[in-house]
Amino acid sequence: MAVLGPLLALIALVVIGALMNSNFLGAANITNVLARSAFIGIIAVGMTFVITAGGLDLSVGSMAAFIAGLMILVMNAALPYMGVGVPIILLGMVVALFAGMCAGLLNGFLITTLGIEAFIVTLGSMGIYRSLVTWLADGGTLSLDFTLRTFYRPVYFDGILGVSWPIIVFALVVIIGEIVMSRSIFGRHCAATGSNEHVAHYSNVNVNRTRLLTYAALGMLVGIATIMYVPRLGSASASTGVLWELEAIAAVIIGGTVLKGGFGRVWGTVIGVLILSLIDNILNLTDFVSPYLNGAIQGIIIILAVILQRERKTAN
Amino acid sequence: MLMGASVLALTDVSKSFGPIEVLHNINLSLQAGEVHALIGENGAGKSTTMKILAGYQRASSGSLILDGEPTIFDSLHDGESAGVVMIHQEFNLAEQLTVEQNIFLGRELKKGPLLDKSRMRALTREYLDRVKCNIDPDALISSLSNSDKQMVEIAKALSREARILIMDEPTAVLTGRETEVLFEQVRALKAQGTAILFTSHKLDEVASITDQVTIMRDGRVVHSGPTEAINEDSMATAMVGREVSDLYPPKPGVDADAPVVLSVTDLSVPRYAQHISFDLKKGEILGIGGLIGSGRTEVMEGLCGLRRASCDSVTLFGEKVQIKTPGDAQTRGLCYLTEDRKLRGLLLNWGMRENLTLQTLYKYGAKFIDKRAEDAALTTAIDEFDIRAGDRDVRVGNLSGGNQQKLLLAKVMLSEPRILIVDEPTRGIDIGTKQQIYIFLRKLAAKGFSIIMISSEMPELIGLADRVLVMRLGKMNAALQADEITEDAIVRLSMGLGATSHTSTATTSSVRS
Repeated sequence: MAVLGPLLALIALVVIGALMNSNFLGAANITNVLARSAFIGIIAVGMTFVITAGGLDLSVGSMAAFIAGLMILVMNAALPYMGVGVPIILLGMVVALFAGMCAGLLNGFLITTLGIEAFIVTLGSMGIYRSLVTWLADGGTLSLDFTLRTFYRPVYFDGILGVSWPIIVFALVVIIGEIVMSRSIFGRHCAATGSNEHVAHYSNVNVNRTRLLTYAALGMLVGIATIMYVPRLGSASASTGVLWELEAIAAVIIGGTVLKGGFGRVWGTVIGVLILSLIDNILNLTDFVSPYLNGAIQGIIIILAVILQRERKTAN
Repeated sequence: MLMGASVLALTDVSKSFGPIEVLHNINLSLQAGEVHALIGENGAGKSTTMKILAGYQRASSGSLILDGEPTIFDSLHDGESAGVVMIHQEFNLAEQLTVEQNIFLGRELKKGPLLDKSRMRALTREYLDRVKCNIDPDALISSLSNSDKQMVEIAKALSREARILIMDEPTAVLTGRETEVLFEQVRALKAQGTAILFTSHKLDEVASITDQVTIMRDGRVVHSGPTEAINEDSMATAMVGREVSDLYPPKPGVDADAPVVLSVTDLSVPRYAQHISFDLKKGEILGIGGLIGSGRTEVMEGLCGLRRASCDSVTLFGEKVQIKTPGDAQTRGLCYLTEDRKLRGLLLNWGMRENLTLQTLYKYGAKFIDKRAEDAALTTAIDEFDIRAGDRDVRVGNLSGGNQQKLLLAKVMLSEPRILIVDEPTRGIDIGTKQQIYIFLRKLAAKGFSIIMISSEMPELIGLADRVLVMRLGKMNAALQADEITEDAIVRLSMGLGATSHTSTATTSSVRS
């Protein structure tokens, strides 16, 4: 039951949505929901590894905003030299990936090598990145140069065979994430570390390196999500990515990963992300419940998911 | 027995955990104004006895007599309200609270709806003065030394007006001078008519401060009487003195010219052990004896890179090596099997397959795990180590202790160690499994592997080890060869006495410096 719980909830939501609005199952709506889910989804896959290994990262939302701002600044600065074209887009992507990896490694270094609580470290870096992006934008908005934005737009809006790029990238990240989590040595080491780090240490698992890698991977996935996000609006501001960290953590938990670590499943996280997006989408499409209550309903779902986890534990 | 003056006594008390009886017909009587020592080896049943006296556990049969009346303590709260206070070896203090907050924890004094802080502080000062401890009542417990914590525990007991004070190895963490302060307090409490029971491994203390001594062995009382009627030697003899049965495979002995496979010089583990040097020969089972907390585990963990250690040199199979991480140790064929299978050895909520291969996952696929190969490994392990689990998918936490230990052994053996360090390999497991493990270890040695075995069980050291090193207070004191390995000698070295009771022959034990 607990294994299928999130899946059944997702199916129920789809049925409810289809009954309430005939456009719900239309290709346009489905594409819209999936593309919007992609940012949180890509980050949530990384978050699944961090949480499974017994960690937590609160900084991903502001990290995304900071990376977006940095990427825009670098691309605008390079424009006079490189002109509009593929190379400058690639430069932006490399900057985003590199910045994400560095930010993740920094979090991971403070948590593992210096042994500071993950909650404290990432609460701190959350504030730092949020403030840095506000400073870079001087309190306003950083906008990508207009010609660049036009050239970069297709990365969000186009795709292959009608499937947009964010959805394709999200799908790839999920597939790789699922395989790594359930079949690789790294995935098993993450779960062992989160389950009992002493046992992992005595079993010759490099606990610190495993944790560090989960944060670095999460940072890079934040970079990838930002690469997909920037072409959508072409700008970054202090309000970019607000509360993404909580949505990502919520998706991970709804999907059945244990918050205190030791067990994680990537496919569950995907279902968690979709459940959160669908609630939002259904409330927007129907006037049964005010969309302003979106947060309340998501909150109830999160709490229910944790109660279900606990039921499973007592049943064992 | 002077039942008339007895304030708290056990008569014919037995205690079973499941099918295993750990205490057999214990009789013990504490009298007002008397200090009573309870001594015995690790696992003799001292802690259980004390817990029954204090109301932490209930006896399976027999009775607890309070002031001459049979009584039942349903909880330690009942015990405390009857005036019985127990001080644990691991302090029962909230580290983040102050001394004053700890002393009044759970019974805070109030003035109306608010705390009466000034009165609590004054009373705390008074209790601390009584134990001659001049720490600040506002100091955080986490900032105190162990001896100050001990004094706070005693002050707390004073504040509870204990009539009967039970202390589990109170002097284990104290220096000589601190012990003197503690004993002054013990004498003062005794003069006020408090009955005091304490355990100690330091027999000289027992001789100097106690009036009565009770000696336990294997869950039975083997001696009880006035302290002045027994000397330290006789105490040690009474604590040991078991027959070594044929539980152990025969010892073939180690060739005198067998090569040295491991040579350690001047290994130090900060806070736990200093300047440890020893050699290990091919095919040898080297026993490490000593009391729990003497640094045995920490030395071996330091050697295997599991904790920070400094070392002059480690020579492994004739090659000078540096072992910084457990990975270094494993790749060189050195492996440590932890004493704590539940918290350090196995993931209790995982299955057997994942536990078995966790340490050697690289063998089951370069990047991705070949679950069929893992399954095959589990089949082999179940067969080879005789692991009896009803169902292959059982959670490891549901296995019996013996089967958990066999699984842990199988897991460690998958890393193909040439030198295996086992720490308390038979703790808490049944006799049949013990024997299987002894036979396994002996066979391994016969095949030319070398084994270091840390053990608190004397018969195990005597029955299995070819040579025994004894540790005491972070130092490795002496090596006992073949015939010198006796319970008497090990206990004496553990307690800081000479190896034999006759000083003239003390030179027979070779002492390393």
